[in-house]
Amino acid sequence: MAANSILKKAESILKSSYYPLISIVMALLGGGIIISALGFSPIEAYKALIKGSFGNANAIGETLVKASPLIFTGLSYAIAKRCGIINLGAEGQLYVGALTGTLVGTTLTGLPMFIHLPMAIAAGFLGGAIYGVLVGVLKTKFGASELITTIMLNYIAINFISFCVTGPMKDIESSTFPQSKSILASARYPQILQGTRLHAGIFVVILALLFYYFFMWRTTRGYEMRVIGLNASAGQYAGMNLKTNSILSMFLAGGMAGIGGSMEIMAVQFRLLQDFSSNYGFDGIAVALLGNNSPIGIALSGILFGALRSGSGKMQMLAKVPSAVIYMIQGFIILFVIGRELFNLSKLIKSKRRNTSRLNDEKVKGVESI
Amino acid sequence: MIDGITSFLASDIRTATPILIAALGLVFSERAGIVNIGTEGLMLIGALMGVIGSLYSGSVLVGAITAILVTMFFSLVFAFFTITVRADQTVVGTAINIFASGLTITLNRVVFGVSTSVPTIDVFDRVAIPVLSKIPVIGEAFFNQSIPVYLAFLAVPAGWFVLQKTNIGLKLRAVGEHPKACDTVGINVLKIRYQAVLFSGLMAGMAGAFVSMGQLSFFTEGMVAGRGFMALAAVVFGNYTPVGAMLAALVFGAGEALQYRLQAANTGIPYQFLVMLPYLITVIAICMMTRRSNKPAASAVPYSKE
Repeated sequence: MAANSILKKAESILKSSYYPLISIVMALLGGGIIISALGFSPIEAYKALIKGSFGNANAIGETLVKASPLIFTGLSYAIAKRCGIINLGAEGQLYVGALTGTLVGTTLTGLPMFIHLPMAIAAGFLGGAIYGVLVGVLKTKFGASELITTIMLNYIAINFISFCVTGPMKDIESSTFPQSKSILASARYPQILQGTRLHAGIFVVILALLFYYFFMWRTTRGYEMRVIGLNASAGQYAGMNLKTNSILSMFLAGGMAGIGGSMEIMAVQFRLLQDFSSNYGFDGIAVALLGNNSPIGIALSGILFGALRSGSGKMQMLAKVPSAVIYMIQGFIILFVIGRELFNLSKLIKSKRRNTSRLNDEKVKGVESI
Repeated sequence: MIDGITSFLASDIRTATPILIAALGLVFSERAGIVNIGTEGLMLIGALMGVIGSLYSGSVLVGAITAILVTMFFSLVFAFFTITVRADQTVVGTAINIFASGLTITLNRVVFGVSTSVPTIDVFDRVAIPVLSKIPVIGEAFFNQSIPVYLAFLAVPAGWFVLQKTNIGLKLRAVGEHPKACDTVGINVLKIRYQAVLFSGLMAGMAGAFVSMGQLSFFTEGMVAGRGFMALAAVVFGNYTPVGAMLAALVFGAGEALQYRLQAANTGIPYQFLVMLPYLITVIAICMMTRRSNKPAASAVPYSKE
């Protein structure tokens, strides 16, 4: 009996990872074609990519360091998406979180680490969360589409951070480079593996993933959000408050991105810099999609995208392939994941009747996943 | 003072043009029910391809055609995934944007190398229209611009005419409003949507080519800087009409033009706040536009028979 259920579980996991895995393979193939079209060897490139991301302890550490902000921005997209909001603003929320985290991390002196570090993390969360709530308010109060407001707010945040580190927050004593003062030792994430940059932030990542799971699937509020995400009018009919849930989901979504942004400063850069993020926000969308908005999925795809990032440097160095190629691979991954029906296309054309029933299946599956 | 007004107007028209060109394309695809958030990436590809085409051929026209052909290919990909495979439009658009940033950075480095010297290329030159360009104040601003600027503004009444007064325009609007009804009366919904997306791709390519060869004369990574998203916003703010999109593009363009002027005027305002201006104006505009009477009912909804 027990063995049977374990088998069933394994089968369902295999089934649910079928499309993501096929997408990754297809994307790597597509990337390989592009790499060879550019006149490089795709095999050499991928060898270097793997070496740079999993080749030794340092590489693995680097992969996890790069994966952390991606998992946070992935969570940011997923939390909003579960409530039916498309959050393209994780990039901006991440920057604001980095700003507020830096403010707390550089100014409050004389605190022990067990107080200062959590305070700085909380500040990062709050900064991102408030920036996220702004999107929710603009949507619920003015009906402004979040597709547009989030993107515009990204540019505004990036420029505001640029202003801060060239103006009021600039560290004049150390250099002429536009950067903030150094994060105080008591607000830095401690390193956990000698010889790598791997830091204790990894535990915060795990906590955030656990929070996401328990909140979304084990609380009433999370249930409400998921109902609204699937069918807003059904949720309202059942007495759920659309505005409250939308704004709360943007609060949490922004907060997640904010923790990710402040972690990048308090664990990796140690100073607030302009343009430090290099598109973590948008890559988070890919992470959430590939992970099907599930906690384990987001963790795994975050690590995959982190590996692409950490390996791309080695790929550029050893195989001379421009590191930006990984963005094309990421684009492919999203396309194949979201276009999963593509792999059923032959069936789609053959039998339209079955096609309809599959669409219905999709709906039923949606309801089941509540 | 008068000189100031003239040069501000001229600058506004130039900054509004790429947003306008892209927005005119988007009016058509939006009306057919397709939200193409990948316009930003398409413009970026257009900007690079225009420069590459112009560099190798020595002709800005070949550059623009290259840009258009390549972006139309990518919008075909977008159309295939959103219309045939019925994938989520926002997500496919995001994929296009991420892919475009990778493609343009890679190609830029492969083609132009890491050298800091900028190769000179053939760009869109200004063409003064005789007599009209001599009108005081507005003459210099309106009638001494490059060809794409004239074409963009002439496309506004043309777009209005096609959308409101022709059979194809009627079909297009119907497809966005009630695809099932169209299907019932024998209109090919998928074909119309494909055409609309391809047209918006064409316009995005032209818009991108104008950014790199009309406003500037070289390509830099990420140079489109949100203009594709502003074009999307212009369509919403302009209530899904060509004339509305033009007014919106002029408003957003004014933000950018004002930014350049204030930077030049040395007002003491940190430049980052000036750079924010167009984005801020876009957010405010979108919030003010609460009445969206022309928004298609089937916006962003994939169509399947049954």
